[in-house]
Amino acid sequence: MSRDMYRQRILDHYRNPQNYGELEDADVYYMDDNPSCGDEIEMYAVVEDEEVVDVKFDGKGCAISMASASLLTDKVVGMSLDEVREMETEDVQEMLGIDLSPARVKCAVLGLKVLEGGIVEYEAEGA
Amino acid sequence: MSLEASPLNVEEVREDFPVLQREVQDESLVYLDNAATSLTPEPVVDAVTSYYREMNANVHRGMHSMSQEASEEYERAHDVVAEFIGADGREEIAFTSNTTEGVNTVAFGWGLENVEEGDNIVLTQMEHHSSLVPWQQVAQRTGAELRFIGVDDGVVTERAVDEAIDEDTAAVSVVHVSNVFGTVTPVEYVAEKAHDVGARVLVDGAQSAPNVPVDLDDIGCDFFVFSGHKALGPTGTGVLYGRRELLEEMQPYEFGGEMISRVEYESADWADLPWKFEAGTPNVAGGIGLARALEYLDDLGLENVHEHECRLTRYALERLEDDPEVEVYGPPSGHGDRCGVISFNVADAHSHDTSDLLNSEGVATRSGHHCAQPLMDLMGVPSTSRASFYLYNTREEADRFVEALDVVKEVFA
Repeated sequence: MSRDMYRQRILDHYRNPQNYGELEDADVYYMDDNPSCGDEIEMYAVVEDEEVVDVKFDGKGCAISMASASLLTDKVVGMSLDEVREMETEDVQEMLGIDLSPARVKCAVLGLKVLEGGIVEYEAEGA
Repeated sequence: MSLEASPLNVEEVREDFPVLQREVQDESLVYLDNAATSLTPEPVVDAVTSYYREMNANVHRGMHSMSQEASEEYERAHDVVAEFIGADGREEIAFTSNTTEGVNTVAFGWGLENVEEGDNIVLTQMEHHSSLVPWQQVAQRTGAELRFIGVDDGVVTERAVDEAIDEDTAAVSVVHVSNVFGTVTPVEYVAEKAHDVGARVLVDGAQSAPNVPVDLDDIGCDFFVFSGHKALGPTGTGVLYGRRELLEEMQPYEFGGEMISRVEYESADWADLPWKFEAGTPNVAGGIGLARALEYLDDLGLENVHEHECRLTRYALERLEDDPEVEVYGPPSGHGDRCGVISFNVADAHSHDTSDLLNSEGVATRSGHHCAQPLMDLMGVPSTSRASFYLYNTREEADRFVEALDVVKEVFA
């Protein structure tokens, strides 16, 4: 039942997202949306030695997309760019700790998709 | 509360829709996503099935009996549609795959040829993307200006129409019933004003043809488009109506087989109306099913269908309006012209979360921008949830919907 998705932890992150806002002098910046619902996320990250040292996100969306982006920003600090790019849907699901219906997977992975988009662009510019 | 009895025998109607008996998430289904697509009654399923079982042949020019039977049925389907909306015969009715294809046929077949730089194209602020995006293309390719009739809480006033249409207006394309608010555009007035300045008028009937009596003589528009699948018909069906003299001079939008009368290596002539607008093998089964759907609606009476939906909507709105945690968009329940659509948001829940939680209670609604992103921007919301009623919905289902909102409020309290 989808009601089980709305655990307290998810709702807390929705109401009080971690690392929310803009990051000046970010090395990585990317924005994307989920065209089916209009959810929009911007990701900012500072990179040192191929490692994420600071990250913030901005945007509007449903409880699942916001909580997922919030949890993601906590998780990726200290990870290498390669490690972030290798993250998959299953990792997001694990991070959220809930079962996602197929319709909600897109919401859950939006933050990761945006951050990975930014990293790809950052690496292309540096190449 | 509005407690009048419905003009429809809803229990009897429901027996024609076996899918209503299914369960969703261990709850009996309450289907309130009718503005997206309607459910299909048994007589329509039977009509489609009997084409495949009894006369499965391609149409036109077949010398064998089955092809002739299929052709007759398919062509007769055009007569049924013409009768349904008050057109002057099958020549004015081309079958399409959906409303979008109908708008594109007009925008590219008529618009590109007739709209010029210096002209303007007038739409409302609440067009569905399907009637906005094709006209954006015409404007970009011709250099014409796009103009929008202002919408206040879903309502288009005659004054707003007067402000948008002027001597330079060449085309006017307006939604008849809003898929976001359920409000009705004064299309008769729009057509009159447009014709006063020599402009042509397209009416998007995707949400009106299935739900309110439509008489093209009253509306006076030049083109009218709608989808079959929102009117109890099969998916992949739609209708383009055009005034005969306009369709005669208009270029087809798609070219190829079936739409020609004579072909040489270097050139071709077009078939008679309406076939020049139906390139390729048509959706024969779909067309036959669509005609059966419209006959079904006609038997019940569109005025009864409309009245039933209006009563249910008023009933649900009155319950929602008492609730401080529910924001309802569009005019209040007392507003006269409001069809069976309610857009809303609950507490600080995102529309996706709302619809997901309603689904866990068996209630099917839609959430998102409803293919009206600029309108959402104008309303200052990222998205809404939407409940839309149809002829088989009951007051008990309206209650289930309103009560299921408690779950959303509980989770997002």
